[in-house]
Amino acid sequence: MSKILIIAEHNGVELNNSTAKCVSCAIATGGEIHIAVFSATGNEIAQQASELSGVTEIINIQSADYSHALATTIAPEAALLAADYSHVYGPSSTYGKDLMPRIAALIGVNQVSDIMAVKSSRSFQRPIYAGNAIIDVSVPADQTIVATVRNASWPAAETGGSASMREHTATAERPTHTRFVELASEGGDRPDLQSAKRVISGGRGLGSQENFAIIYALADKLGAGVGASRAAVDAAYVPNDMQVGQTGKIISPDLYIAFGISGAIQHITGIKDAGTIVAINKDSEAPIFEVADIGLVGDLFAIIPEIEAAL
Amino acid sequence: MKILVGIKRVVDFNVRVRVKPDGSGVDTDGAKMSINPFDEIALEEALRLREAGIASEVIVISIGDSSCQQQLRTGLAMGADRAIQVDTDIHLQPLAAARTMLAVIETEQPGLVILGKQAIDDDNNQTGQMLAALWNRPQATFASKVVVAGDTATVTREVDAGLETIEVDLPAVITTDLRLNTPRFVKLPDIMKAKRKPLEVIAFTELAVSNDNNIQIDHYAPPAVREKGIMVDSAAALVTELKSRGLL
Amino acid sequence: MSEREIMEYDVIIVGAGPAGLACAIRLKQLDVINSTNHSICIIEKAAEIGAHSLSGAVIEPQPLDDLLPGWRDNPPSMCIPAGEDVFLLLSKTGSRKLPTPPQGKNHGNFIVSLGALCAWMAPQAEALGVDIFPGYAASAIHYLADGAVGGVIIGDMGVAEDGSHKPTFVEGIEIHAPLTVLSEGCRGHLSKQLIEKFALDKGCDPQTYGIGTKELWRVAPGKSQPGKIQHSIGWPLDNKTYGGSFIYHLDNDRVAVGFVSGLDYQDPNFQPWEAFQQFKNHPDIKPLFEGGEILSAGARAIVEGGYQSLPTTQMPGAILIGDAAGTLNVPKIKGVHQAIRGGMLAAEHLSETDGSQGFDKKLRASPIMAELKKVRNIRPGFHRGLWAGLFNAAWETISLGYSPWTLKNRSDHTALKKLNDYTSPERNWIKRDLAPRDRLASVYFATTAHDEDQPVHLKVADTNICITQCTEEYGNPCTRFCPANVYEIVADEAGKRLQINAANCVHCKTCDIKDPYQIINWVTPEGGSGPNYQNL
Repeated sequence: MSKILIIAEHNGVELNNSTAKCVSCAIATGGEIHIAVFSATGNEIAQQASELSGVTEIINIQSADYSHALATTIAPEAALLAADYSHVYGPSSTYGKDLMPRIAALIGVNQVSDIMAVKSSRSFQRPIYAGNAIIDVSVPADQTIVATVRNASWPAAETGGSASMREHTATAERPTHTRFVELASEGGDRPDLQSAKRVISGGRGLGSQENFAIIYALADKLGAGVGASRAAVDAAYVPNDMQVGQTGKIISPDLYIAFGISGAIQHITGIKDAGTIVAINKDSEAPIFEVADIGLVGDLFAIIPEIEAAL
Repeated sequence: MKILVGIKRVVDFNVRVRVKPDGSGVDTDGAKMSINPFDEIALEEALRLREAGIASEVIVISIGDSSCQQQLRTGLAMGADRAIQVDTDIHLQPLAAARTMLAVIETEQPGLVILGKQAIDDDNNQTGQMLAALWNRPQATFASKVVVAGDTATVTREVDAGLETIEVDLPAVITTDLRLNTPRFVKLPDIMKAKRKPLEVIAFTELAVSNDNNIQIDHYAPPAVREKGIMVDSAAALVTELKSRGLL
Repeated sequence: MSEREIMEYDVIIVGAGPAGLACAIRLKQLDVINSTNHSICIIEKAAEIGAHSLSGAVIEPQPLDDLLPGWRDNPPSMCIPAGEDVFLLLSKTGSRKLPTPPQGKNHGNFIVSLGALCAWMAPQAEALGVDIFPGYAASAIHYLADGAVGGVIIGDMGVAEDGSHKPTFVEGIEIHAPLTVLSEGCRGHLSKQLIEKFALDKGCDPQTYGIGTKELWRVAPGKSQPGKIQHSIGWPLDNKTYGGSFIYHLDNDRVAVGFVSGLDYQDPNFQPWEAFQQFKNHPDIKPLFEGGEILSAGARAIVEGGYQSLPTTQMPGAILIGDAAGTLNVPKIKGVHQAIRGGMLAAEHLSETDGSQGFDKKLRASPIMAELKKVRNIRPGFHRGLWAGLFNAAWETISLGYSPWTLKNRSDHTALKKLNDYTSPERNWIKRDLAPRDRLASVYFATTAHDEDQPVHLKVADTNICITQCTEEYGNPCTRFCPANVYEIVADEAGKRLQINAANCVHCKTCDIKDPYQIINWVTPEGGSGPNYQNL
């Protein structure tokens, strides 16, 4: 039977949601699921991990050297722990992408990146060519599976579990050649378009640069990033760096709301990985309705205030 | 200090790749091939470090058959001093690619290795990290700013939480993110000059690198098409629907 | 501005199409025979050789046999021997087989992709020592003090939309050579300037053109009949509009489909791209594509004026060859064999004389011109409509072009009628459902790419004319004849204005040709921009 180790992601205070998504992937894989929590003083985080449903053991590894999530210090110990497991999973966040291949190399295996779906305990689906092709991959039976789990493809596991807690003392070397200096959040109150969980976009239907103000206002109410179609950029309503689509940014927020965007294929290319697409357009024939999860035909200038009122 | 830059020959990012109807692979017939864009950024950064007097030599390396010499020549035309092609018909996976680079590192002894964070074909995002692990040296992935001073590099990384800065002792491996720089255009006369720059071919077999523990690819498929969803008839209904799906 | 860097060659060839590549290959072959050595470079604005090349294309192989003996043992990647020829007359609901005219018989010919053909010729030229530079646009002519052509100037890279220099700015170099060969293809933008400057079109009829649109499809398994060549006339065009379709069946379930409309059309409301889509959705055509998938799409103007519109092809320091000169045979709808022949002839001339002097005379005495003369009256015979044109074509074919007369060509932009002077025919075009949905979707399949922060490369001299005069007189036909949706009249709170979506441009040159006021000037964008055609 498979034995799966998940490397937890956290910010030193609380467990990141991506860990719960890894648990869902591990449940789909089938087997005994443990979570390793590397931290400086992370009993609280280990406690949160233990509440994830489906997990049977938390390995709590504490050291001052783990006060920052550096792949170079965590990987050697994680690779040692991996000896007892058939699978080692981590999130495909920047944390997991940094750490997991280092673990894989220390074990001496290639990694399965970005698991979208589990086909069997040793066979998975993952995207290549920026999602333009999906491949089925399998890992030979004698080979430890090291993988990252694609956040957008998995729901967070439920809570309500009560995994046992095991304290573990790290024995592997913890090199000092890599040192944390600082972490700065990117400027501005509005989330970055590419990392925002919600994005509100406007198109030519806005009609002017001034009218875009209602998009910004709604975005701020929802804590959303703001994007635009190329038509809106070309009409000089917004700067070029807000463009979403083939020649702009490719984004995958959980929620994407498009106001007055017709939905040219070039635009759709940029949002095809979004969780839920909402389209508001006065033209019921607009192609965006063919890919929208929720559509609403109408005048955006009337609808936006109504949405704000209903929130 | 020498800088080693890995460049991979990939289908150009403007080309729309298609899965073959029989699911056996991706149809790249007649497709334009280019340097992986992240690797081009890596090379640009190396060239800037050389132009700033920090590096003395920039070496580009590619692993593949002779067709990847085209990308190495482009790298030389951009300004690299010399090129190495590790010749093989095998499409190496990240671990073997990292081992191959390590074998070359042992000969070349670079002070810095810069790679793209991932190749836009396989999207693996592994080789740099693996190389750093096997080399037992620091890794600074997803770099958006690199400052080299003496024996250390201070690297700003694009992480989910924002911008993380770390300090690494050299030698080290850096992998690049999009915002690090904008690569230069190649000047036409430099294409001619590049033809005269050294390009060394090393047989993959000569390096005695093991190529094991690979991931097997069983099938290729096009991505699922997004289906048409539901229509609502009012803003209120929309908000209700979004709330019921846990999105607001 | 600083002094531009200079490179020197014996011969500069502008455009790596079949004419330019054939010229380079032949000249190098002659160098070997004659123990001479010409340094040759080819400048190509596409990012990759063949990426801007678009043609049907059924080619006659004889010139290739002459240029590259043994090529049949190592053919280009897409090369299917011609099979059955079918010629159809379409009505809105049906079709009727017509006898295939002699020019339409393709036995012994090959269906190729022009892009793949060029990509296959280029390494052969390089192996002979030719320097080929894709991704660089020859943006201007370098003139010598005496006014002769002395080479070309490569476009600057890294210029922002407002003309300022971005951090990546690189000044384009000058390439100097005693001889420049213009093989830019139809309506080359340097050729256009040179024809005007040296009055090369004095004494010939105006050049005329068509707009060809093409798609490559993968049809459902079993539907393709490799080698089958089908042409049609009739619907969706009215009898006053010249044009027709082609469908070429390739290997691996691939089918090339395209439509050519003569740019001498009169109807200001005519939409050439839509005519193509209407054709595809015709009840007898559509079944071939149902269940299939579009792989790529593109458009390109083709040169139709032939014999009587051929400009003088030499000037001090330069010559014109291929479609840049205008050697395409319209009744055959084939230009590639003529282009290869023209390139070879130019090489032979250069090998003998090392100058432009005497080239035009040689061309006019060559089989290239004889072929054009024979069919010279067929295309202009369609000025009076389809039926008169077909009747005339039959006569010209039987009489082998020995008619004592030569019919006149007139310029395409003057053919357009004003809205008030023309009643568009009832087209009865249908609602269609095959991909692509619209021109923007088609552009997606052209994979066209331009850095959006660069000067607009479609120079409209006076956009006030667009909003005032043109809207009234012609109803802004640029919004219809452009196959890439580059031109839009936008009416928003800022008022009504012409918006140029230059990033969509597929470099077909139709706007430069058909604009009734001739205020649109197509210039080269940053090198490497434009479509990235695959196997078109």
